[in-house]
Amino acid sequence: MATATNRMLGHLGDSVERLEDPPLITGKGRFVGDINFADQLHMRIVRSDHAHGKIISVDTSAAEAVPGVVAVWTNENIDDIPPIDFREGSDSTLALFRQYPLARELVRYVGDPVVAVFAEDPYTAEDAAELVIIEIEPLPVLINADDPPQDFKGQATTEAAIVEQGYGDIDETFANAYKVVEIDVKVSRHTGVPMECRGAIGRYDEARDVLEMYGAAKVPHRNRDTLCRMLNRPASGVHLFEGHTGGGFGIRGELYPEDVLVCVAAMRLRRPVKWIEDRREHLMAANHSRQQRHIIRAAVAEDGEVVGLDDELYLDQGGYIRTHGTRVANMTTGTLPGPYRFPVYRSICHFRLTNKTPAATYRSPGRCESTFVRERLMDAVAVAMDMDPIAVRRRNLISLEEMPYGRALDVLGDSVEHDPGDYAGLLDQGLAQIGWDDLQKELAERRANGEMVGAGISMFFEKSGLGPSDGAKIFVDNEGFIEVVTGGASIGQGFETAMAQIAAEDLGTDYRRIRVVHGQTNRIDYGVGAHASRATVLTGTAVSLTAQAVRAKALDMAAELLQTTADALTITDGVVHAKDNPSGPSLTLGEIAEALIPTSKLRGDREPYLKGEEWFHIDHQTYPYGHHIAVVKVDPDTGGVEIEKYFIAYDIGRSINPKMIDGQLVGGLAQGVGGALFEEFTYSDAGDPQAVTFADYLMPTLKEIPIPEILLTEDFPSIRTPLGIKGAGEAGITGAAGAIASAIDNAIGIPGAVTETPISPQRLKKILSEHDK
Amino acid sequence: MSDKKDITLSINGRDHKVSVDPRWTLADVIRDHCGQTGTHLGCEHGICGACTILVDDTPVRSCLMFGVQADGKKIRTVEGLANGNEYHPLQKAFMENHALQCGYCTPGFLMLATGILEAQPDISDDDLNDVLSSNLCRCTGYANIIKAVRAARDEMKAAS
Repeated sequence: MATATNRMLGHLGDSVERLEDPPLITGKGRFVGDINFADQLHMRIVRSDHAHGKIISVDTSAAEAVPGVVAVWTNENIDDIPPIDFREGSDSTLALFRQYPLARELVRYVGDPVVAVFAEDPYTAEDAAELVIIEIEPLPVLINADDPPQDFKGQATTEAAIVEQGYGDIDETFANAYKVVEIDVKVSRHTGVPMECRGAIGRYDEARDVLEMYGAAKVPHRNRDTLCRMLNRPASGVHLFEGHTGGGFGIRGELYPEDVLVCVAAMRLRRPVKWIEDRREHLMAANHSRQQRHIIRAAVAEDGEVVGLDDELYLDQGGYIRTHGTRVANMTTGTLPGPYRFPVYRSICHFRLTNKTPAATYRSPGRCESTFVRERLMDAVAVAMDMDPIAVRRRNLISLEEMPYGRALDVLGDSVEHDPGDYAGLLDQGLAQIGWDDLQKELAERRANGEMVGAGISMFFEKSGLGPSDGAKIFVDNEGFIEVVTGGASIGQGFETAMAQIAAEDLGTDYRRIRVVHGQTNRIDYGVGAHASRATVLTGTAVSLTAQAVRAKALDMAAELLQTTADALTITDGVVHAKDNPSGPSLTLGEIAEALIPTSKLRGDREPYLKGEEWFHIDHQTYPYGHHIAVVKVDPDTGGVEIEKYFIAYDIGRSINPKMIDGQLVGGLAQGVGGALFEEFTYSDAGDPQAVTFADYLMPTLKEIPIPEILLTEDFPSIRTPLGIKGAGEAGITGAAGAIASAIDNAIGIPGAVTETPISPQRLKKILSEHDK
Repeated sequence: MSDKKDITLSINGRDHKVSVDPRWTLADVIRDHCGQTGTHLGCEHGICGACTILVDDTPVRSCLMFGVQADGKKIRTVEGLANGNEYHPLQKAFMENHALQCGYCTPGFLMLATGILEAQPDISDDDLNDVLSSNLCRCTGYANIIKAVRAARDEMKAAS
């Protein structure tokens, strides 16, 4: 018999071990590559090796003649399948720019799928794919989004959209400014690159007329909806299944051409069809991200207040517009002001197609880019005004007294309203913890001794908890085992553990007794997956509300059986007992569940079963905040950058599992360091991708990654959620490039030197030699 | 494409008799023909290390070796790391230190670390960093992997 003093494992705020881990450390995970079906075919894609051109002819005869090849498809075989639609629904203004599952008439980037080969085994499929001959008539290649737009299919130009946001009178503000500071900065093309390449298996169950897709991730319900729209099938006849997913980062789990192809092929070839991407394909075919050039200026008052911000940016979307539409442009223009007041603001985004891999979201989309740009600008303002960079930031931070702080800006359909938070207060705490003043002295001394060392800071606000709604179901069986069914997704972040901890809190049980379902569209009608740091905030709150409802039902039933009142009871370790008498009469949750089965005489007029389904609706996203501080040492001989020290301060509102939050921040930082110093998709003038192996696309190893010091505060729980939760997924990456760039400027003694990421040895050597250093 | 060759792979103490194409990689043979899918492929060109296994107790990238080359050799994969229901100290340390998130690179790191800790039980922190920097992880930022392997090293040393 448990007692009230027994501490049950896994309540809110406990850094318990993860429920996910046992299969993953024993090799029992079920990633898409590990799943097989009898009689399955293997698909191999033949991709364009031209960046832009007209398809003159496709000769598949040699491929078809290979023993073991079952079918070879071009667009002509599936000309009834529409281009891949947008996740948030159709958009007529952007429809023209969508990608067909197999290229129709034109190819628009190296890697564009042109032909699909289906064979008995993957080696045969790959052999046959090499025999396909595609004749392309080259068209002019557009590599840079800031070059003049070109024609698009005779119906538009490659400037697919202009996304503009802002408020206030820019012209007047700049005309009256004490000083105007302008910079021109670029963020390179890089992306999430999960360790598992993509994969998908389509399977059509003719007996039930159900199409299934395995290998779904991130947004299975959304992708089901899009597939239903594209294939004209009912939602009840399309099921997507998420297994283990080897990293998400925004890019994995969107609906790609290959996903549609395995589904269509499974239905038409009447056999399961499996596709597993290889790394070369991944680096030229999965979503890229980030590439932007900003020309941005600040109107500054005499005291350092930035009274106006005016930004013009060029976003390199690549060959087509994929499932996200213009969301990255929206998030960039909607979050650029960050934690600062900036009373007048305008950002104009030229959303332009080029002849490169299509781009979309990567962890912290829009904020990562805009934070780098904004923080570069704040450093530039400090130099122009001869002010301390911290002082300039402090002068412009939104104060606690002004919160919640609304702006006439839109982020994914939500008007921005900053949650209450003490930006300056957290800055004080962070600077104190890292010993900023002493650090400055120490670095100055080392610089005086000839070392290139410096420190830099980057402040940001994040967004999380994208709404508007999410639901959850909980079922307690007669043995007291609990199943939590969600429409969330697990991409490695610890979703199951977090949901189990939240449910355990209200159900009064060990979190290990809870099974969490995610990413199965046949288990729950609705779901919005895992993106935008929303899963714990939205789905977690829905789980919490559902758990409370189930708890209330359990206590109500138990009160009758124990002849007391519900409010006199509590639940400890799965046992309902009197609050003031833990060892008195009691009932297990399983016994209560049994009393509630439909045939039970004890149930009375209560709804059958110990179960619940509740919804959570959020009126605004939550906006957590923080800052990064980097200390770097530059090697003038090699141009290499060593990160000596790194610090992240972040207000999470309320921790569910601090160890997992820490993991999100440290892991995010590693990707941030990659983007800041190493990772870049470069292209030749002809549009040939030059980073299609891990020897060319340089991801950091543990040698390049600092172990950061983290200040995780819970000072300002979100006012948007009953538990006060704010998201944790993206804060580790958002500030990285800005802080590292600032530190490098400081180290080499050249203000504003860094204008472009990644700050590779080549770029840094060039900067140093231009300044005779 | 070519004549098949009959080989025997000893994987975690169990013999698998398989008929393989000479060009099949060891990773593919282990995964697709011996049913041991715990070994993961991350790049298939020898850089990421996700497919690291032990061949005759030495860490090997199984994407860079052909199945036929492993005929008769002693192979250990992540499936054989635990002793029945008892986790290997590295497995325990990975859980306790939150050294995995998505878990895709984890089998490679576990086998790499097993190989090195068996060969060099007293390996220094710096040398361990050198070895572990040969594999890629995209989720954890490595800090907890370092912590976990050091913890396992210390525990294994104390137990020996």
